[in-house]
Amino acid sequence: MIQFFNVTKKYDNGTLALDNVSVSIERGEFVFLVGPSGAGKSTFTRLLIREGLPTKGQIMIEGKSIIRMKSKEIPLLRRKIGFIFQDFRLLQDRTVYENVAFALEAVGTPVSEVKRKVPNVLNMVGIGDKYACFPDELSGGEQQRVAIARAIVNNPSILIADEPTGNLDPENSLEIMKIINEINKRGTTIIMATHDSEIVDRMRKRVIVLNKGRIVRDDVKGGYDYGLQ
Amino acid sequence: MAFSSFRYTLRDAFRSIRRHKSMAFASVFTIAISLFVLGSTLLLVVNSQNLVSEMESQVEISVFLHLDVDRKDALALQKDIEKLPGFDSLEFIPKEKALANMQNRFGQDTDLLGALGGNNPLPDSYRIKAQSSDKVTALAKELEKFPEVESISYGKEWVDKLVSFTVMVKNVGLAVILGMLIAGLFLITTTIRLTVFARKKEIGIMKYVGATNWFIRFPFFLEGMLIGFLGAVAAGIVIYFGYGAAINYCLKTIPFIPVVADYDLLFRIVGLLILGGTVIGAMGSVIAVRKYLKV
Repeated sequence: MIQFFNVTKKYDNGTLALDNVSVSIERGEFVFLVGPSGAGKSTFTRLLIREGLPTKGQIMIEGKSIIRMKSKEIPLLRRKIGFIFQDFRLLQDRTVYENVAFALEAVGTPVSEVKRKVPNVLNMVGIGDKYACFPDELSGGEQQRVAIARAIVNNPSILIADEPTGNLDPENSLEIMKIINEINKRGTTIIMATHDSEIVDRMRKRVIVLNKGRIVRDDVKGGYDYGLQ
Repeated sequence: MAFSSFRYTLRDAFRSIRRHKSMAFASVFTIAISLFVLGSTLLLVVNSQNLVSEMESQVEISVFLHLDVDRKDALALQKDIEKLPGFDSLEFIPKEKALANMQNRFGQDTDLLGALGGNNPLPDSYRIKAQSSDKVTALAKELEKFPEVESISYGKEWVDKLVSFTVMVKNVGLAVILGMLIAGLFLITTTIRLTVFARKKEIGIMKYVGATNWFIRFPFFLEGMLIGFLGAVAAGIVIYFGYGAAINYCLKTIPFIPVVADYDLLFRIVGLLILGGTVIGAMGSVIAVRKYLKV
């Protein structure tokens, strides 16, 4: 469970990115974060992985404050959270297999386990046959699948997706959403920031609308429409 | 760190060098050049120091005794002279030998002693060497105080010049070595920083997947260590053989200039360079990575 209590984030340059935000997300929920650019979506997701601290307020994940967390504990927090980005962020000098194995190796997984888990997760996202390719040999949709595989190979309880379909055509976007939905069905909490109205309207999940750092709407089975003029 | 982590680390360090060949080569080359210049400077300083001390050892003080000092007293003085600070060695020159030397200079045709009416006007004397040129003046002053001593002579001006030259060589040598050390450090850390900068994305991703700082740092640490070691070995080989050739050349063409042909010292300098290069490579990497770890 994720809880924000009166979270305010003001950057050094004076930008008020989040303004007194309180919200609670249950385990296994699927939440869309929508809103215009600069509404605070990215700040919201960044704070969840302790990339920076809020100016005010408290953030709890599974009952534990991540604000009071020591810097040594941050890697442990991040192992519980998978993160995918609009620009995939794959290592260009490593193969698909190595990119995914990397996430396991970084947390000290034994070699035998890496060898078992990586092919499994690559099959799950539908690119089991591309394991020896380098990222620049893949299409955008395929690269995002690699990124998803990397994000979930550690079995995180939360998956954060920041505009995961932003660089993809509608067909590939749909495929990616199928995979993310599949991951959600296995019990992983999904928080996805997006501008893709079609996807939001089609999926009928909880929608949190942010504007100017505030939550302006929170619908259980919402649509994309901000309701902003 | 678990064994599997260490295994990944080792593999990553080698893979990274293999996949960033040109970058790794540039780093090795930079380190090799820096350490080569540093090592050469060091040898140059060692040699000029050696040259100066060679010259210093040739400075002599001539001490002339009163004519009426008998031989027994003259020889007894030796013990007192040996106790003086800065004293290194002495040679006693009896008046007969001094006369014989003079006779040699005038040539065997002249009967010097006969011309002097059978009397040897020359005194007994000592030739004394100081431990170093800067001690000559003080030693000379002490020698003058003995009642048996009539006069002393040494190239005072020349000694003064030598002393200031020695000091200059020491200072300039130290300054050059220090300067080269700083320049080398700067050059090496900048190169490593560039290598790390090229991979800051990789570091960022590592942070996102929950790698600990040490897990991220360690491959860079090993890589830097290896690059530093290779660069230093390259510099060491060039210096070792280059200096050997230079010594041989000098001994053949300019044998009157003393060179330090001490292979023990050369070994130590090369060893120091290799140690230094390895440490600098490792430290430089860790320092360069630190900047990108704050995510």
